[in-house]
Amino acid sequence: MNVVTPFEGIGASVRRKEDFRFLQGKGNYTDDLNRPGQTHAWILRSPHAHAKIRGVDIAAAKAMPGVHGIFTGADTEAAGLGGLPCGWQIHSKDGTPMAEPPHPVLAFERVRHVGDPVAIVVAETRSQARDAAEAIIVDYEPLPAAPSLEQAQAAGATPIHEGVAGNICYDWHIGDKAVVDAAFAAAHRTVALDLVNNRLVPNAMEPRAAVGEFDRFTGDYTLYTTSQNPHVIRLLMAANVLKLPESKVRVVAPDVGGGFGSKIYHYAEEALVTWASAQVGRPVKWTADRTEAFMSDAHGRDHISRAEFAFDKDGRILALRVATQANMGAYLSTFAPCVPTYLYATLLAGVYTTPVIYAEVKAVFTNTVPVDAYRGAGRPEATYLLERLMDVAARELGIDRVELRRRNFIPADAFPYQTPVALQYDSGDYQSTLNECLRVADWAGFEARRAEAAARGKLRGIGISTYLEACGIAPSAVVGSLGARAGLYEVGTIRVHPTGSITVLTGSHSHGQGHETTFAQLVSDKLGVPVAQVDIVHGDTAKVPFGMGTYGSRSLAVGGSAMMKAMDKIIAKGKRIAAHLMEASVEDIEFDRGTFRVAGTDRTKALVDISVAAYVPHNYPIEELEPGLEETAFYDPKNFTYPGGCHIAEVEIDRETGKVDLVNFTAVDDVGRVINPMIVEGQVQGGVAQGVGQALLESCIYDADGQLVSGSMMDYTMPRADDLPPVGVATHTTLCTHNPLGVKGCGEVGAIGSPPAVINAVVDALRDFDVRHIEMPATAAKIWQIINGSHGKAAA
Amino acid sequence: MYDFAYHKPSTVADAVKLLADPDAKAISGGHTLLPALKHRLNKPTALVDLSGIAELRGIRREGNAVVIGALAKHAEVAASAEVAAAIPALAFMADHIGDVQVRNRGTIGGSVSNNDPAADYPAAVLGLGATIRTSKREIAADDFFLGMFTTALEPDEILTAISFPIPEKAGYAKMRNPASRYVMAGAFVSKGPQGVRVAITGAGPCVFRQADMEAALAANWSADAVAGIKQAPDDLNSDIHGSAEYRAHLVTVMAKRAVANAG
Ligand SMILES: Cc1cc2nc3c(=O)[nH]c(=O)nc-3n(C[C@H](O)[C@H](O)[C@H](O)COP(=O)(O)OP(=O)(O)OC[C@H]3O[C@@H](n4cnc5c(N)ncnc54)[C@H](O)[C@@H]3O)c2cc1C
Repeated sequence: MNVVTPFEGIGASVRRKEDFRFLQGKGNYTDDLNRPGQTHAWILRSPHAHAKIRGVDIAAAKAMPGVHGIFTGADTEAAGLGGLPCGWQIHSKDGTPMAEPPHPVLAFERVRHVGDPVAIVVAETRSQARDAAEAIIVDYEPLPAAPSLEQAQAAGATPIHEGVAGNICYDWHIGDKAVVDAAFAAAHRTVALDLVNNRLVPNAMEPRAAVGEFDRFTGDYTLYTTSQNPHVIRLLMAANVLKLPESKVRVVAPDVGGGFGSKIYHYAEEALVTWASAQVGRPVKWTADRTEAFMSDAHGRDHISRAEFAFDKDGRILALRVATQANMGAYLSTFAPCVPTYLYATLLAGVYTTPVIYAEVKAVFTNTVPVDAYRGAGRPEATYLLERLMDVAARELGIDRVELRRRNFIPADAFPYQTPVALQYDSGDYQSTLNECLRVADWAGFEARRAEAAARGKLRGIGISTYLEACGIAPSAVVGSLGARAGLYEVGTIRVHPTGSITVLTGSHSHGQGHETTFAQLVSDKLGVPVAQVDIVHGDTAKVPFGMGTYGSRSLAVGGSAMMKAMDKIIAKGKRIAAHLMEASVEDIEFDRGTFRVAGTDRTKALVDISVAAYVPHNYPIEELEPGLEETAFYDPKNFTYPGGCHIAEVEIDRETGKVDLVNFTAVDDVGRVINPMIVEGQVQGGVAQGVGQALLESCIYDADGQLVSGSMMDYTMPRADDLPPVGVATHTTLCTHNPLGVKGCGEVGAIGSPPAVINAVVDALRDFDVRHIEMPATAAKIWQIINGSHGKAAA
Repeated sequence: MYDFAYHKPSTVADAVKLLADPDAKAISGGHTLLPALKHRLNKPTALVDLSGIAELRGIRREGNAVVIGALAKHAEVAASAEVAAAIPALAFMADHIGDVQVRNRGTIGGSVSNNDPAADYPAAVLGLGATIRTSKREIAADDFFLGMFTTALEPDEILTAISFPIPEKAGYAKMRNPASRYVMAGAFVSKGPQGVRVAITGAGPCVFRQADMEAALAANWSADAVAGIKQAPDDLNSDIHGSAEYRAHLVTVMAKRAVANAG
């Protein structure tokens, strides 16, 4: 039964199966779901950054047409609902655990950021719910607000949470300060740089939405939600907030229109609609509008750092010292504490042989939306810091910036390589990715392009970044020792149906990554079944065994590995069935892409022969073997994976207006084995778009009173197609040594490697002006100020 | 949005009657009004949809002027052979408003009546010395734009068409706001029956004429003539996208480029 199909296995650019659905408008997103008897919720949110709630008067609102119920913080407190839990605990330098103040699902007695939910109104229509919300009278007593790191840490700043002194969540460090200080004292040269990693709003295309449904006959709750990890939501919501047995709760994350991290976390609205559906006896739907997304989705980044390199006389790095302040926002979002610590400071060796590193990180509460992981999470912050510092150092040491990087690279023969900041890299080849990127980007020909641009009145610059990241998260025991309150394995079930088609259940979740295709290719490659006959099921806790979801480029490295393990079990069982059918011994059965063969003979059985026998066990070793052909495996990774590579950006600046145009971008990444080159290219391009957005366009701005100034697309600059040149993407592979696929991950590399390449290019373009550093985003107004401010210093 | 009554009259006279209700509002392309309604920033009792009024349509040559009906969409102006032949700078400007969706919905009548300080059209209307025709009268551009989102139109007065005198030369250049892509600073320059005109949009709270630049261009129509003229930053807009000083600087740059574009 051999069907001839084009090669669809590992390495083929199979077109994305899911796109047929999405491109025809047939996606099934949370807001597309309408349950019988459904009502609608509107969340009343705080207009203040910081205020006491003296009272909430809902009397008039409750009497409005269509209203089924209005619940405030007092109601959820009285009902005994728990707060939103934090999934990671950091300990400060002195050993004390981080401050972990309560995060109620509805603000109780106090609001702490603009957008903090104050009440949920459930009504027949969304419009009625909103009308009633407008009729709620909240008596606020405004308090001084501290939206910035500086304001929150100022002497006399109003504490945002009772008992949290100085608004400090934790004051953490890694490395040996004395050793690093000594290295600095003895250094030939040191280079220091102060820099800001700008706050970003993730802005997934699909705003968050949730539908809660209580079944009064069974007592079961179902939550449909825009989540990257439905099992995690079920666990946190059932165990911590609603205090229900997980067996009574089902969480479904259907098609999700982008997450970028912002849909990892357990949000108040999820618990509120689920709980409220039982209170009003009807399903409750809530869908955020874009304004709400800006003020309630977890934001990203927001660091202020000082970074210093110590060098010997040959330009070799002797030590790195970093002090970072991280804005946590008003409450701890689900994974917030690990972002500026274990996803950041442990990456500070980068691709370099820096022998000693000391980093201290102060996490601070502010009157802003909570900050958590956003595409790259911690690793873009580390990379930006290192790669900007590298360029500044190259200039100040008078060493070519490419040469300085090369001199400090971890050599290709040094793996496994133990860094001074806990991680052990398994593989990489930074000279090769650099060489390839320099070649593709025609680095050598740049000066001619700069001269040509100058003739057109443009300032042209080129910038490079050589980077590394850690993903494929994560070994459970390791993260547990670092404060994670969860394991980070993944689950995969392979269900071979009687007639040979296959269903794969995975605990990872696809919200744009193309899993339905990539995972089908894995199965096709290994079991020899056409991609069209492999269905990937994800996103439903009632269907899939307990899995941890998708973030940190883990779906393939961890989730795919679980599938490989499960397929190994299928093959092992299949061999026993085949041996029985062909009257051979199990040891003599070989398997290759769908065919079981008695070694050295032409006797074969196809996978479908085996599955038929397994489900119709007439001629079957029933005494020794259970019927059926379905296997589940949990895979816990042995290490992180370490993608890395080189990005080169080329910009042109209009010297009259200061506008920066990105004119070339080249990425050469080592993402390990590539399953689908087209999907990898798309992932890298998307990541680069967001990295370029951070470098040139995006900036979340609060004013001094904590009002969100960049609270809509009119003021928050998202990258658009015409902001980007065609992004050249190439890969250079070294295999991951510790997972069965040799894969590393490609979801975040674009957003991690690109921002410093772009800023380095901008600074290079301005090399005739007196510029040492430019903060992101490098807007036209900012560049003009630099050009204007240094009039006379540069030859026109 | 809040509930409202919806009317779709087919004559200007009927529309004016419906707009006698001070809380009723006209709607054309809806690209400004609908977002405001969705955000509940506006609570009209009724919307009077002008899109069914045939007399508000059409682009035609009338003597030495191009007359554009209020309902003309930006894309129609951009694609009009009449406009391209007579005032290419106006077609160019219309072709660079917002994005494709905006150009296929937004109308010249809606844009000019709205008088958004960051809109493109007010620069062309003022920069060409156009005449605004309404359900009641004709208003010179110089008397029309009164301030931020404020015009000489009365609540029950409908903009019906705009008559653009055909210039000898005209040019437009703008710098976009990076986020909204509206105008951060834009200059529409012309030379013709209405004299030499330089209208600046985006930079201040309302479109305005730059007298120093007009004088310089009257003496010497060249980009160089305006290159050295500085716009005072006082009274210009300042926000997270650019200071008043930056916008003042852009005024000069854009005026220069507009003249260069005019040829
Ligand atoms: C995403 C986006 C981007 C945009 N970018 C730009 C840009 O870059 N540059 C730019 O200039 N504009 C831009 N616009 C605005 C757009 O081009 C329209 O010009 C604008 O929305 C007004 O036209 P309208 O037909 O949509 O008016 P409507 O929204 O229908 O009406 C606007 C106002 O004018 C009143 N009105 C409408 N027609 C008349 C009339 N005939 N007489 C009297 N009053 C009337 C209405 O009552 C209302 O108060 C953008 C809009 C959007 C949504």
